[in-house]
Amino acid sequence: MKALLLRDLRLAVRAGGGFGLSLAFFLIVIVLIPFGVGPESAILARIGPGILWVAALLATLLSLDRQFALDHEDGALPLIATSPLPLEGVALAKALAHWLTTGLPLTLAAAPLGVLLNLQGPAYGWLVLTLALGTPALSVIGTFGAALTVGLRRGGLLLSLLVLPLYVPTLIFGAEAARRGAEGLAATTPLLMLSGITAGSLALLPFAAGAVLRINLR
Amino acid sequence: MSIWEYANPKKFIATTTPVIPWAFGGAGVCILGGLAWGFFLTPEADKFGSSVKIIFVHVPSAMMAINAWAMMLVASLVWLIRRHHVSALAAKAAAPVGLTMTLIALFTGAVWGQPMWGTWWAWDPRLTSFLILGLFYLGYIALWEAIADPDQAADLTSVLCLVGSVFAILSRYAVNFWNQGLHQGATLSMDAEENIADVYWLPLLVCIAGFILLFLALVLMRTGTEIRVRRLRALERQAQRAVA
Repeated sequence: MKALLLRDLRLAVRAGGGFGLSLAFFLIVIVLIPFGVGPESAILARIGPGILWVAALLATLLSLDRQFALDHEDGALPLIATSPLPLEGVALAKALAHWLTTGLPLTLAAAPLGVLLNLQGPAYGWLVLTLALGTPALSVIGTFGAALTVGLRRGGLLLSLLVLPLYVPTLIFGAEAARRGAEGLAATTPLLMLSGITAGSLALLPFAAGAVLRINLR
Repeated sequence: MSIWEYANPKKFIATTTPVIPWAFGGAGVCILGGLAWGFFLTPEADKFGSSVKIIFVHVPSAMMAINAWAMMLVASLVWLIRRHHVSALAAKAAAPVGLTMTLIALFTGAVWGQPMWGTWWAWDPRLTSFLILGLFYLGYIALWEAIADPDQAADLTSVLCLVGSVFAILSRYAVNFWNQGLHQGATLSMDAEENIADVYWLPLLVCIAGFILLFLALVLMRTGTEIRVRRLRALERQAQRAVA
């Protein structure tokens, strides 16, 4: 599992694409928002946490289909499947690699990008906290979606159609916690719900992803 | 005699074909009768005026939209556990019907909301979760369409249905938490203290029965079609092999 994780990390960093791309996408979306809604800093500060959450979610989505598609194309996936590591473990390792190369950098980049949206003092901490808690769920759910569509031609578009509805609860609780925290309201409940979704997804979805991988490799 | 006998496609078609016209007929009688009763023989409600009569389409279609997903969930489970092809095909057949019911519910809701709430759409929990349910239907149907191998498609969509159900329920409670709504609470429950008045309740029941029959007829018919398509494909493959 460690070997697979290291391999995926190395591939993501060295082979170009995934790693920098989603960060750049995140940056561009955030830059575009003020052009769309106008430069008034009060509005930007109010919608900032939500916009950053949605942008991070879309950036996560962008790199999902590379997870299994590349291994499927060059024939590495069946080899990985025949290794002693069960496919559930493979899915978990893939999700972890995806999070380390996408979710974590996005979380860290969200704070500096918040400056562009005129976020106020406490908002930064809440944003980073909720993203840190929520992006693992996004990665695991996305891994399930990627496993579902592996081997499909033009799977990318279908992948977003399948995964985006699954992202709804995570987005609601994550953005809600960030918003409430930024406005100084009590944010414990959405924060706990967000952590619950992440923990539940981490525990259960690798099994679903492993099952669909097995079907797809049949 | 057990229910699993109907997992045999031949037996399924033989049993359901005579049922379908009766179901369609019953649905027609119930829906037309219920609507006529509802439209012409019920009084106008206090604050609603005549707009209350949309309820006779809105509520049954919304109920069937949810129940269709529940039926797909059960059918998917049966397919995953017992590998009965009819079950997978029934789930496939139900999805577009469920999507249509969802759209009908959303549309009639918008038409009703405009005069009552002054808006076509509000980000109310019930409305939002219905929209999300519609998205789940779309994804499910798209996945069926995208995969060529029928067994693989059945497997993958079944897993998606299971995972989707969990997330659909999660979304339902998440949006509840996220925004307070305009939509009224349940008024059809058997145990609630304050329910809708009997004048509306009885024709509504007839309409609900009609929608259930309509759903049943459509799903049976579409499942039969899927079975025949599958059989036709097998015959074609056989013919090709015979030529070669």
